[in-house]
Amino acid sequence: MYTSTLENKKDIEMKNIKFIYAKAACLLVLACIAFVSCERDPSDEVEFAQFPATAEIFIDAPIGLGTDFYFPYGGSKATAWSVDDEVSYKGTASMRFDVPDANDPEGNYAGAIFRIDGEGSGRNLSGFDALTFWAKALQSVTVGEFGFGEDFGENKFLTTRTNVSLTTNWKKYIIPIPDPSKLIQERGMLRYSAGGIGPVGAEVGYTFWIDEVQFEKLGTLAQPQPKMLNGVDVEETTFIGTTINLAERGLTQTYNLETGVNQVVTAAPSYFTFNSTNPEVASVNEFGIVTVLGSGTTKITATIAGVEAKGSLTIESIGTFQAAPTPTRPQQNVISVFSDAYTNIAVDYYNGFFTPDGQTTLGGAPPATLGTGQVINYTALNFVGIGFFLNVASVNATGMTHLHVDINVQEVVDPGDFIRIQLLNSVGNNETSGAVTLNSSQLISDQWVSFDLPLADFAGLSARNELGLLFFISDSTISNIFVDNIYFYKE
Amino acid sequence: MHKLNIHTMRIRAIAITSFLLVSFFVISSCSTDETQRVTNFTKLTMFDEFDTDGAPNSEIWNYNIGTGQNGWGNNELQYYTDRTENVTVQNGVLIITAKKEDFNGSSYTSARLLTRGKFEQTYGRFEARIRLPYGKGIWPAFWLLGDDSGGTEVWPQIGEIDIMEYVGDKPNSMFGTVHGPGYSGGESVSKSFVLQNDRFDTGFHIFGIEWGPDYINYYVDDVLYNQITPEDVPGEWVFNRGPFYIIINMAVGGALPGAPNAETQFPQTMLVDYVRVYERNN
Repeated sequence: MYTSTLENKKDIEMKNIKFIYAKAACLLVLACIAFVSCERDPSDEVEFAQFPATAEIFIDAPIGLGTDFYFPYGGSKATAWSVDDEVSYKGTASMRFDVPDANDPEGNYAGAIFRIDGEGSGRNLSGFDALTFWAKALQSVTVGEFGFGEDFGENKFLTTRTNVSLTTNWKKYIIPIPDPSKLIQERGMLRYSAGGIGPVGAEVGYTFWIDEVQFEKLGTLAQPQPKMLNGVDVEETTFIGTTINLAERGLTQTYNLETGVNQVVTAAPSYFTFNSTNPEVASVNEFGIVTVLGSGTTKITATIAGVEAKGSLTIESIGTFQAAPTPTRPQQNVISVFSDAYTNIAVDYYNGFFTPDGQTTLGGAPPATLGTGQVINYTALNFVGIGFFLNVASVNATGMTHLHVDINVQEVVDPGDFIRIQLLNSVGNNETSGAVTLNSSQLISDQWVSFDLPLADFAGLSARNELGLLFFISDSTISNIFVDNIYFYKE
Repeated sequence: MHKLNIHTMRIRAIAITSFLLVSFFVISSCSTDETQRVTNFTKLTMFDEFDTDGAPNSEIWNYNIGTGQNGWGNNELQYYTDRTENVTVQNGVLIITAKKEDFNGSSYTSARLLTRGKFEQTYGRFEARIRLPYGKGIWPAFWLLGDDSGGTEVWPQIGEIDIMEYVGDKPNSMFGTVHGPGYSGGESVSKSFVLQNDRFDTGFHIFGIEWGPDYINYYVDDVLYNQITPEDVPGEWVFNRGPFYIIINMAVGGALPGAPNAETQFPQTMLVDYVRVYERNN
């Protein structure tokens, strides 16, 4: 078995030859099957489309991308990328990225896709296991995203490595392909997104370079650990008609690298095979959209290339969602914050996530689609704010007389439970606020209750010309509520 | 295996010279001696193919149980047992399983098998086909210890030949080492072997030595990657005396691999397809 090196070399060559023959045999078998199964119309023209298995994306120049391949993201600086003939890890040139300052009129960040030119083009990447490149930056910096699989079409196999730390020295970076067998025609070769350094709104730009950008068969990626819902087993109660986008809930693939590092990438839903134990309750499509179809319970799980993903979503569908009463007041008498019945104002958020202040509340980001309409479902509620003062206009409710809100408590209402609604005017600047408390006798479990609260009752709210924040506060006495039809109106 | 602390630096240093050695072998085998073999001994003296499900063959294998002294001299974290959960034979392989569980004051359990008093041999070819585990803090080994002559001699005088050691956070790298008087623990004589475009935890690999008077040849699969002779050790050559016995184990934690971290997956399994020992044919 352990013979001379020379003999071993021969053995290895033999194996290669065998492998090639095996492939040929394989093709013959396939052809045979095709022939047999297409009894009536055997076509000699039948052949599988073969896309090139080109590895390189950029060595000293872009490779095999065609003419029109660089597509910046909306709002990004379109000229951020260039070919730098002065700097390179290897060879004569590298890709240079000049991330702009936040106040750059041409765009306040850098980001784009590199897509192979031509509809119907693409590469067969199934023989590779990772996108790799060398990179360095002018200073130590964390680049938001590098990845591939984005084509501005279905983006079916989008794969992203986030928060990539670059240093001032060239270093090799590896982005594992979640399941290479899926990539038989991929146009999205590379993507990146990078903002400046520093506080939000005042970021300072910098420069980074990447070189020797290519797909590789490293052979050292192993021990895949796919995850859905970030690896957590989640149980949710919901209603018929609800849709849940699993891509927004944490789909990742992890490979162990030869360095021992477990490299995580976010993986598009189409890498996963989803299963629902009860498809009549909920089904999942290849884009990771769960649609609740009937009453009952189902557990949704996933695999990538046969490896079971950690995490699951158990859905208890309690049937048809009872929507809140539809508002009937005319639009001209209403300033609506959140309602399907009205044109709503723009808000900064439906959940400010004031986590450093002790907020536990989840939900509202974004509001849920239940049945035919939208509703906000706050869970783990202690307090939560809807903001409309940061990047949007605040509300002048001077001419309004009431605040309307519909609340449906999704748990038993105990004595002592309450929900306090607080309004803030002129947030952070001569701020005034007032609150009205809804006590346990006013709230009903599993039932919509409509509240019409006179603005005059919000004691302490001395002005309402610049309303900017609306809080729901329960101090955890009530943790799960639906909220709908939040609007100011005049009688 | 004993007190391999601060060992890595030395391995690195040796790894550089190792490159030179490998090229030397290749050149010599092609230019001067085309019939040089990775292994020469073919007369089987002991083998376990692990073909019978259940506990390993008690005619060959003993167990070390517990935590030894000071974590087997290395601050290892596991408690060794002979329970089925930690050691069993199934489907033609010996399965050693490291588990994360509270057990007799330790946080991990695993197993350590040895042939002491059941099979010992001087010189020969010792090899095993193993699929290794992975993850930070995982430290499997296939190694030999010299008989202690009824307790009259102690380590490192008895000699230690580590055929395979590996740490789970370097999944494409293993190393082979000898320990003896004047060259033990951090001063041991060691060399690492790195797989190209492959790893030790995704498939089986053969780890072996061929050991004769005044030499130990180290190989992985079909690659002879090191030879250690009396000239390579800065002390007495203790490998031309008495018989050695085999140890197979998976340690968790300890000075060499460091402790497992939050990303280390448990359980981890070390699969041994076979252990075979040969002697010189003539």
